[in-house]
Amino acid sequence: MSPVDIQHYRGQLKCNFKQIEECFDDYIKDALRNLSSEGVDKYLDGASKICMIGRGWEPVSIYLEEMPQMVQRLDEAILEVISETVWSMSRTPNGNSIPPLMQCLPEASRRLGSTEQVLNFLAIILKMMEQTTVSIHGHHATIPSPGLPKLLNQTPYLLSQVSLQGLSNWVDYGVRNYGNHPERQKDYFSLQSADSKAMLQRERHGTLYMDHERQLDMYLRSMWQDESYFVPYSLGFDPLTKPVPYYDELGIRIPDVYDDKNGVSGIDRYRLTIAHIAAHRRWTKQLVADNFSPFQRVAIEHLEDSRVECLMLQEYPGLKKQLLAMHPKPIEDDCDSERESCIRHRLAMLSRAILDDQHGYQNEHILNAVRQFQEAVSNAGASTEQMVDIAISFIARTRLQSDQLANMRFENTEVDYRDDNRHMWVFIEENDEAEDFDDKQKMEKEELELDGLPPRHYPEWDYATTSFKPDWVSVYEAVHPSGSTADVDAILDKHAQLAKRLKKLLDLLKPQNYVRQRYQEEGSELDLDVAIRSLIDYKSGAQPDPRINMNHKHDGRDISVMILLDLSESLNDIPDGAEQSILQLSQEAVSLLAWTIEQLGDNYAIAGFHSDTRHNVRYYHIKGYSEKFDDTVKSRISAMQAGFSTRMGSAIRHASHYLEAQKTDKKVMLILTDGEPSDIDVDDDDYLIRDTKKAVDELSSKGMHSYCISLDKKADDYIQDIFGAGGYTVIDNVEKLPEKLPLLFATLTS
Amino acid sequence: MTNTEPFDTDQYKISDEPYYEVQGDEVSLYEAAYSARLPVMVKGPTGCGKSRFIEHMAWKLGKPLITVACNEDMTASDLVGRYLLDANGTRWLDGPLTTAARIGAICYLDEIVEARQDTTVVIHPLTDHRRTLPLDKKGELIEAHPDFQLVISYNPGYQSLMKDLKQSTKQRFTGLNFDYPSTKLEVSIIMKEAGIDEDTATKLVKIAHAARHLKGHGLDEGISTRLIVYAATLMNNGIDKKAACRMALVRPITDDADIIDTLDHAIESIFG
Repeated sequence: MSPVDIQHYRGQLKCNFKQIEECFDDYIKDALRNLSSEGVDKYLDGASKICMIGRGWEPVSIYLEEMPQMVQRLDEAILEVISETVWSMSRTPNGNSIPPLMQCLPEASRRLGSTEQVLNFLAIILKMMEQTTVSIHGHHATIPSPGLPKLLNQTPYLLSQVSLQGLSNWVDYGVRNYGNHPERQKDYFSLQSADSKAMLQRERHGTLYMDHERQLDMYLRSMWQDESYFVPYSLGFDPLTKPVPYYDELGIRIPDVYDDKNGVSGIDRYRLTIAHIAAHRRWTKQLVADNFSPFQRVAIEHLEDSRVECLMLQEYPGLKKQLLAMHPKPIEDDCDSERESCIRHRLAMLSRAILDDQHGYQNEHILNAVRQFQEAVSNAGASTEQMVDIAISFIARTRLQSDQLANMRFENTEVDYRDDNRHMWVFIEENDEAEDFDDKQKMEKEELELDGLPPRHYPEWDYATTSFKPDWVSVYEAVHPSGSTADVDAILDKHAQLAKRLKKLLDLLKPQNYVRQRYQEEGSELDLDVAIRSLIDYKSGAQPDPRINMNHKHDGRDISVMILLDLSESLNDIPDGAEQSILQLSQEAVSLLAWTIEQLGDNYAIAGFHSDTRHNVRYYHIKGYSEKFDDTVKSRISAMQAGFSTRMGSAIRHASHYLEAQKTDKKVMLILTDGEPSDIDVDDDDYLIRDTKKAVDELSSKGMHSYCISLDKKADDYIQDIFGAGGYTVIDNVEKLPEKLPLLFATLTS
Repeated sequence: MTNTEPFDTDQYKISDEPYYEVQGDEVSLYEAAYSARLPVMVKGPTGCGKSRFIEHMAWKLGKPLITVACNEDMTASDLVGRYLLDANGTRWLDGPLTTAARIGAICYLDEIVEARQDTTVVIHPLTDHRRTLPLDKKGELIEAHPDFQLVISYNPGYQSLMKDLKQSTKQRFTGLNFDYPSTKLEVSIIMKEAGIDEDTATKLVKIAHAARHLKGHGLDEGISTRLIVYAATLMNNGIDKKAACRMALVRPITDDADIIDTLDHAIESIFG
């Protein structure tokens, strides 16, 4: 190309940075190679536009440098799209995000693969920008989005982990929850907060452990007759150390996600990893590590891996295809033993040769070791000790000076379904490194924390995304402290009259089960057996039995009840015109209700709850299903205290897992509350109401009924939304509660 | 009004030897129980060979066998007998239990817990020292034939908690416990019963074992020997091995997607 032509193009680009000047030759040559003449015009126009935004030379130079490549991958329309986007971003306070945007674009376009996808991606970014750019005085958007530059910096990583849809969900979540909190927003979008990582994990592509937990459990149990826990670890946030699977007495550690690889699906990769570990657990014996040099140990581990795989294949030959697909195939002369340490390469070749009959390796030491190995294994599967012998002789024969080099060759040697074999070794000599001291201290601390029940985590429904927030709420369960038994007895004495009336009513209660009554003179159906018998009696001259009908009636009760009490701060209020606080009235009501249910002989439990943010929902066990209404329970009722807020959904979820376990036909959860669900860490009034509704829906989908008794006069606004029509009662006159509650229960269950 | 036509006891005789592989000492135990005419209860998971064992023993002892499959709607008269109407008035028809007691057969009540508890009570007088069966409607007391013996089968565990035998019924029987045969034995059973080679039989048993380990973890009952024989039979008819396993071993026992997936994988990795 002549200098005159270049000058012509240079004239089209209206930008005078010195740095651009220096490289323009190269840029334009690249552009001419990749773009049509129209494209070159657009390209230069776009660059001029970016130059005009006044963000220095850097965005322009990235544009000039990267666009020809991007156009090659996508098409020329992208030129204008990018320049327009950058232009419109420069019209907002978010100019500082333009350089990161330009930097992430090449990688993003490579991942996304089509102009359409890039457009979608830009739409997500622009939407996020709009939502997080806030104004202080309400006039103009004036504060740049705090999260946007962070998001753009993370983009290449994010796109490697999630699909565009996943990215969109993840961004939406961050915007919604941290839109008004700049520092937390930054943490979220730079993948620093636990929340952000958990959400990303949910959106990941590939096979997630959490979706297949049960299946993998079954796999281990059915095919390996092994029982152990799985502990997933995350690969995403630890790219340097790259954790590998292993197991110890606490469980089997496996990655939380596997993508499909080499034609083996994620779930099959999980199964391979588990099969390998299970095979070790079945066939590997421990060795004393101190007896071997590090190289010997590596070799022993490799051979032992091969041995257990060999045994595994005898049992499950169908796995061979997958093993071959997943095992790396090192090329024989790939490793230069002059410059790098080839020990791993050699061992990987050996391991491949054992697995793959078609390995085609020529190295006589490897062939020799394979022969020895196969001889040993053909004899009843050999033993770990025999592997030690082969490994030591292999290492001795193939040892090279360069094995000691720090420059170890790792390429093509990592077998990713294998564990790190730490279980194989026992160390006799304890080392005296300083870390040991720390370890001990940490252990002691951890043990201390285990005092009391560990929290249970429950998801919470977020109506805005129509999805659950994973493990959002921590519920701590404890037995309610005890007080004086006499209080409850006094309550029962006080209401002796009421109790008498209740008793009469209870006697009249209709039982629940459906049974057949035979031998009825009048009934709903003819009982054929009896009818024929009567006819025969009649024909043969005997006195026929006239009771030839049958009837159906109700008999017996088969109900489990869970009484869930809201113990929030507002219970301490004394309602207008009353003398007792709501708490005291509730105590009376619950005592009477318990007495009533006890009379009916139904199976019931009582629990209370309150919450202090999502991190601390307290669930108090007052009476369990197997406990009687005795002094222990009475003393717990009398010690009831009110405090904090009402996070009802999680309490319902926790209570439901007890109720669900009851083996009765009908299961009822009674919820006694004095106000709407709320908590101090939630601003959106609707949020906890919708979550509670979801919890109630979950109850009914599991075949349990719920009923709410609300003492909130204003409950009509929301309570029907939660419990549905007919699923609640509002008691206006709180003083009547002790009387109404048992009656209500009796009518509900009759 | 007794049965006038001569009764054909041969129809209840078993002419050909039913194939049965001895698992332990159950044959000699049963023979001892029979020689004293003690009632026997056989327990064990479904499809492990309970009914086959009884058939085999009836053949071995040369006694007729009357089998009754019990169900919820069965009444006492279904066992004992009833009057039927005919043109001349009424006619008495013996039930299977009565017939067995008259002709000296082994009466085998299969899945006895399925019958209602009030029904099972009619067997009580036959199962103790009295060995009689009162037919109250007919006004007859049948003395059991000296060869008569009562056997019930019973599958503890998987049925609902409501269905269990009364102690008073249970304690009238001697019990034999059955379980799936040992691997080696099961392989040879399948080879003989379905006429299949040893390698395939071993693999089939391996799949069954995988499923049996899931009992109580989503499966009510493992893959029974009977189902393995079905699978082998399908293979004999030229069905692809994996497809036969999926059809005979996996689909019948569960609707749980996770279990289906796990067992399909087991089939895949065992048959390669």
